Amino acid sequence: MPAYSGPTLALSLSIREVEAGYDAVRALHGVSLDIAQGETVVLLGTNGNGKSTLLKCVMGIVRPTSGSVALDLDGVAHDLTRLSTEEIVSLGVAMVPEGRRLFPRLTVEENLLLGAFRPQARADIRKNLAFCYETFKVLKERRRQLAGLMSGGQQQMLAIARALMSSPRLLLVDEPSVGLSPLLVSNTISMIKKLKDLYGLTVLMAEQNFHQAIRIADRGYIIVHGEIVFVGDVAALEQNELVKNYYLGTG
Amino acid sequence: MKSTVFWGALATIFAAGLALTGVVQNEYYYNALYLILQGTLMAVAWNVLGGFTGYVNFGSAGFFALGAYTTVALNKALGLPLPLLILVAGVVGGLVGVGLGYLTLRLKGVYFAIATLAMSIVIETLVVNWSYVGGAKGSYMLTPDTHLWFDSYIQMLFVVMLLLTLAAVAISRMLNSSRLGRGLSAIRDDEVAAECAGVPTLRLKLVSTSVMGAMMGVAGAPFPYFVTFVDPLSAFNLFIAVNAIAMPMIGGTAHWIGPVIGALLLGTTQEIVKVTISSEMNVLIVGVMLVAFITLAPQGIVGLARKLRRGRPK
Repeated sequence: MPAYSGPTLALSLSIREVEAGYDAVRALHGVSLDIAQGETVVLLGTNGNGKSTLLKCVMGIVRPTSGSVALDLDGVAHDLTRLSTEEIVSLGVAMVPEGRRLFPRLTVEENLLLGAFRPQARADIRKNLAFCYETFKVLKERRRQLAGLMSGGQQQMLAIARALMSSPRLLLVDEPSVGLSPLLVSNTISMIKKLKDLYGLTVLMAEQNFHQAIRIADRGYIIVHGEIVFVGDVAALEQNELVKNYYLGTG
Repeated sequence: MKSTVFWGALATIFAAGLALTGVVQNEYYYNALYLILQGTLMAVAWNVLGGFTGYVNFGSAGFFALGAYTTVALNKALGLPLPLLILVAGVVGGLVGVGLGYLTLRLKGVYFAIATLAMSIVIETLVVNWSYVGGAKGSYMLTPDTHLWFDSYIQMLFVVMLLLTLAAVAISRMLNSSRLGRGLSAIRDDEVAAECAGVPTLRLKLVSTSVMGAMMGVAGAPFPYFVTFVDPLSAFNLFIAVNAIAMPMIGGTAHWIGPVIGALLLGTTQEIVKVTISSEMNVLIVGVMLVAFITLAPQGIVGLARKLRRGRPK
């Protein structure tokens, strides 16, 4: 294999000892987490354990009180705790927020175009729009419909498609299973896997649904009361006692 | 609406306004039309922030009075001509709009609305205690002798207000149908999601508050010449703020045409009631119309028209 002399085209996210919370309530206690290029990492935990807070720290929506969130992009390190959310999106990080959070009074197409608001994303807007419509046929059929009038499953597809409009390299997905029927959860998870392969994405997904999440995950972290209590690959996760205690109810 | 149709319509309306001054002499009509246009301009301005961006502003009278008192102060100090006064009033209104945006960044919903009302009261208190512009006593404005080729000064003011209103409508339409306008709608629908999508929410909110402030300042600038006597009571009139909210609500806030329709409807009704019944009835009319529209057509006339066109009763 010929040696590659240019900058290494790689992405990695490294979260170190992050403490964060809301006023007096501390939601994260020294959380560390790593993701390498091309990985699908799942953050497992039940409600109120800090999954969303951690993702929000990466997006710059919640500011950690201590610790670091560093995105290494092709050999250049970016301190995400010092960047605004728009700047983080510009770097190629996109989030599918919990509960979809679409713009209900705008059309499907307007929602998608808003995903490409940043100048960098506008260059590829036509290509990305065409790609989204090709991948999600239902969105093309309904592109003039108001987003708020679609079914839950379609809304989830739109939320994912909107995130893809910014040409992200790192995709954060916050509880894609919320409010969806088991079949739709399964479809959504499969879709994330498919998109990851198509786009060459790196994925960090927060999820409660253990069995669905580990179908596509390479590695997993278990977060309990704001602390990471377990890290391991899928095989280790399945074996782990904690998983049995917290998720399978057989402990 | 196609761009050519839109600009054609604006040009036609302006030409019609000019033609009117050649035909009708009775000053009453220009008085009434001026007030309707002033209401339209205020409604269009309010809707940029209240309708497109979803931030309800109760302090419209404060911005309007800023424009009016900019005219009073600069006329007294430098004797500037009207076009310059309007320009400066727009700049002052825009800057205060940016200030309002910065100060109330974290406030949402009802808290933002209360803050805007408080700001209006603060400005009023400052003006009441500023004797240079007349303080609580108010001050007289002499109507300038020059009124171009028009028969009277009020005719000229009417044409000036028509021009300003049409310009505001054009700006509002541009905002509504642009990428920027889509960003504002995103803030209105879900601010956190907008931020996640990479929409620069802070910058867009500041654009929105400054455009709103500038338009309202511009709306207030010719007011002292119109009434010839300004005091805090007339410039900070609550009715100005109430109309600025009621008109877009009645017309529909999501589309640029909404506040225009609402202002023309409500403004005309008010002027008719003023001469046929009494000026006191005005307030009642606004109240009744607002209640009626909010219950029967919560999306305003524009929303109602859309629903009827879709032919799908809700």
